[in-house]
Amino acid sequence: MRLLTHNMLSSKIKGVSNGFPLRIEVEKVIEKQVELNPDFLKNIFPKVDWKALVEAGRTMGFAELPEEADLLMLDSSEFLSKFHHALLELHLEEGALVCPETGRKFPVNKGIPNMLLHEDEV
Amino acid sequence: MSSRPESLAPPEIFYDDAEARKYTSSSRIIQIQAKLSERALELLALPDDGIPRLLLDIGCGSGLSGETLTENGHLWVGVDISQSMLDIALDRQVEGDLLLGDMGQGLAIRPGVVDGAISISAVQWLCNADKSSHEPRLRLKAFFGSLHRCLSRGARAVFQVYPENLAQRELILRSAMHAGFAGGVVVDYPHSTKNRKEYLVLTCGPPSLSTATPKGKGEDGESGSDEEFSDEENQTIRTSDRHRPRKKQKTTKKGKGREWLLKKKEQMRRKGNTVPPDTKYTGRKRKSKF
Repeated sequence: MRLLTHNMLSSKIKGVSNGFPLRIEVEKVIEKQVELNPDFLKNIFPKVDWKALVEAGRTMGFAELPEEADLLMLDSSEFLSKFHHALLELHLEEGALVCPETGRKFPVNKGIPNMLLHEDEV
Repeated sequence: MSSRPESLAPPEIFYDDAEARKYTSSSRIIQIQAKLSERALELLALPDDGIPRLLLDIGCGSGLSGETLTENGHLWVGVDISQSMLDIALDRQVEGDLLLGDMGQGLAIRPGVVDGAISISAVQWLCNADKSSHEPRLRLKAFFGSLHRCLSRGARAVFQVYPENLAQRELILRSAMHAGFAGGVVVDYPHSTKNRKEYLVLTCGPPSLSTATPKGKGEDGESGSDEEFSDEENQTIRTSDRHRPRKKQKTTKKGKGREWLLKKKEQMRRKGNTVPPDTKYTGRKRKSKF
């Protein structure tokens, strides 16, 4: 699972008012090289929750993202490549996602988070 | 209609390892899925600027439909309820990210982040209640509600569906409208049993020129060959089924009449059947007392 996907996911358990961002518990991280596409990054940037991405990157062992970011920084290719690496190349292979409010764990196996809810959580 | 997988078992059970492998090793299914997802992507009408978008593939299964998205340069996140199907997707090394989730529980996705959603032959599963806690109406509501939230403004969602009957189609469509979507059903090749495909095209956000429902294909009795679709002009949107007007029978309250009866008897005689002779009683009504 990419951090892009992590940045989109939020916990939808019944009664949880803010299920975002899910905390990451890391067991295994892998990296996959992907081609950098500046257009895509510029397009997706406003939709990304920056704080969550920085935090997630740090838990995955990539601490090079700046604390703050704005649209102007997208012109720097150095920033772009870091953003790209964090967003698309880091994969959480094994571990878990934890709901920030309830502490419910969503296990991640082979890169697939199990977001199925129990019947009493719907 | 022959047996529908929906009526056999819940999706997470029906698509077990064997079924998932079968599904993905059949070149016919692969071809159909690719064609359906291509058409869905076309109906999604993403701006033609070459920028990759973030799309959602609901009921992505083994990633057959996602492959079409990858081929067109988009990034996608797939959701499916069957672990076996997702395992096959991993084997096939699809590009998109996969989630194990139940669309009837609502999509666990933050608001306003997705540029579009497609779903190939999946939404009709929601119309089934496989557990005692399942209520199709509520599950559809949760699904469409969460989808409406997570799509960005003006984004589209295209679902290829196989509703079992009119009521199911009505239920799906109504749930989508209640969630705040605009749009309708596009039917490709409505007169063909085999090629007939239904797409639910939904738009999120205020209605505008670009949100008009696109037209279906092969409306004018075009046979819908395997070749790519021809023109898109001569088609209309249909939400009803393919009932054609029946030939009117010439019957009055009195019945078919003596004249008609004599004609029929003559016909039968010519065929060599034994027919009672024509008398003054032929074609006459019995008295009510009789």
